[in-house]
Amino acid sequence: MLELDKINAGYGRAQILRDLSLTVAPGEILCLLGRNGAGKTTTMKAIMGLLPLMSGTVRLAGAEISALPAHKVAGRGIGYIPQGRRLFGELTVAQNLEIGLRAGASGPEVLEDALQLFPRLRERLAQRAQTLSGGEQQMLATARALCLQPRILLLDEPTEGLQPSMIAAIRDVTTLMRDRGVGILLVEQGVDAVLSVADRVAFIENGRNLETLEAEALRRDPRLISKHLGV
Amino acid sequence: MSETTKIVALHGGLLVLLVTLQFLLPAYHHGNLARIMVLASFAIGYNVMFGYTGLLSLGHALFFAAGMYGMGLAVQYAGAGPVVALLAGLAVSVVVALVVGLLALRTAGVGFMIVTLMFAQAGYLTILYFTTWTRGDEGLVLQQAQRTIGSLDLSQPGPRYFAALLLFAICFLVTLWMVRAPFGKVLIAIRENEERARMLGYDVFRYKLAAVVISGTLCGLSGAAYGLLFGYVGATFASVQYSIFPLLWVLLGGAGTVIGPLVGTLFMFYLIDLSSSVTSAYMLVAGVVLVLLTLFAPQGLVGELRARVWRWLP
Repeated sequence: MLELDKINAGYGRAQILRDLSLTVAPGEILCLLGRNGAGKTTTMKAIMGLLPLMSGTVRLAGAEISALPAHKVAGRGIGYIPQGRRLFGELTVAQNLEIGLRAGASGPEVLEDALQLFPRLRERLAQRAQTLSGGEQQMLATARALCLQPRILLLDEPTEGLQPSMIAAIRDVTTLMRDRGVGILLVEQGVDAVLSVADRVAFIENGRNLETLEAEALRRDPRLISKHLGV
Repeated sequence: MSETTKIVALHGGLLVLLVTLQFLLPAYHHGNLARIMVLASFAIGYNVMFGYTGLLSLGHALFFAAGMYGMGLAVQYAGAGPVVALLAGLAVSVVVALVVGLLALRTAGVGFMIVTLMFAQAGYLTILYFTTWTRGDEGLVLQQAQRTIGSLDLSQPGPRYFAALLLFAICFLVTLWMVRAPFGKVLIAIRENEERARMLGYDVFRYKLAAVVISGTLCGLSGAAYGLLFGYVGATFASVQYSIFPLLWVLLGGAGTVIGPLVGTLFMFYLIDLSSSVTSAYMLVAGVVLVLLTLFAPQGLVGELRARVWRWLP
C-alpha cells in the first residue's frame, strides 16, 4: 500500500501540491485525472523523492519513504516510468534491461518474464535503444521498470502518441501487473483511456484533492467526469 | 567473428603494433610516440569522466600536476627512487581526485565546469606560491641518476618507450575492461540520463565520485610518468592549457571510445608538428582543421568510425 498523507510540495517557492492525500492498494489501478497543470506529474515526482516535501509524508507498506534520498525510493520497490520514456539511448535494448536487473538485484527469470510480456523486445535485443520506434521505446521503458520487480508502478501517460496496437499492448501489461498484485498509479489524458483500465479515479485540481470515485460509477454516469473536470 | 573477438583483436592488435613500432621508427618519431603514449594515457583518464560519464571537467591539469609534483617532490626532497616516487604521485592524485570529486560533484553542468576550473587554477597558483620548493615556472629537473630503476635508465629512448607503452597499456586495458563491465554500463547510463539512473535505484553520486577518482588517478599516474620519463616537473603542466588539451584530444579522437584518446592525441600532435614545419602560422592551420573536424566529424575520428562502420566499438 502506497499512502500519500497531506503532502505539500513544489518547485522552489512555487507550491504545486497542497495537502494532497492518496492511497494506492496492491492490485489496483488508481488514475489521476485533472487538467493541465493540476499537479499530476508533480505528484509522481514527489513520491519518487525528486522534489523535497514541504510537509506531509509518503509511506510504502507503512514505512515512511519521503525522507529517503531519491535512489533509495526506487530500491524500496517503486518503478517510475516518466512521460517521454527516457531510455539510455546509446545502450542496446539488452543493456538497458541489464541495468534495470542489476538495480533490482533480479535474476534472469525476471528478464525472461519481461521479454515474454513484450516479445517485440526479444527480437531487438542487440539494437540501440534510440533506434526503436516510439511504441517499442515505451515497451522497453516499461520492461526495464518491471526488471526492478516493483510493488508499485507509477506510469505517466504511457500511451501518449502511440498507435492503437501499441496502446493495447501497454494496456494489457498494465492490467496484467495489476492482476499480479502490483499497485499502479496512472496518469492519462484521455478520459476513455482512463475508464478502460482504472479501478478508482482521483480528481485533482490546483494540487488539491477533489473526490476519489470508483471507476465503475463513472462508467455508469459519465456526467460525473465533466462535473469534476469542469469541461 | 563474435563482438568480443573483434574487440580483443582490434585492441590487442593496437598494442602489438605499438610494440613493433619501437623497432621500426626513426629516432625522432620514436621519441614523439613515447611522449604521445603518455599524453594519450592522460586523455584516456579524461575520457573516463567526459566520454563515459558525461562529466565535463575543465580542471584536469590539476590531476596531471598532482601526480607529477607528488612524484617530483618525493624524488627531489625525500630522495625517493622512481618506483616509490611514482607511487607517491599516484597517492597524491587519488587524494586530490577524492577531495575535488566530493566538492565539485555537488554541482552539475556549467557549475561543475567552473568549479573544476577554479580548483585547477588554485592548484596552479599554489605551485607558484610555494616556489621555494616547487621552483615555480622554472620547474624541477630530474637528473639521470634519479630516473634509473636498477639497470633500466628511463632517460634512454628504448626503456623510455617501453615504460610509456606499459603505462599506456595499463590505462588502455583498465578502461576497456571497465566500460565493458556492469560498472561502466552504469556510468554510460548516467551520461545518457542521470535522473533515470537514479530512479532505477542507482546511487548516482557514488558512481560519479568513483568515475572522478578513477579518472583523476589515471591522469595523475600519467603526470608522474611524464615527469619521470622526460625529466622535468614544471608549473606549466598545471596551467589551464593542460586542462584544455585532454578535452581537445578526446573530442578529436572520439569521446566515449577506448581508442579515441590515442587517435586524438596522435592526430593533434602531428597536426601541429607537420604544420609548424611548413609555416610559422601553424596554430592557424591547427585551428582551421579543428573547426572543420568539429563541423564534419562532431563525434570525433573514432566516433564517426563507430557511427558508420564499426558499430561494436566500445
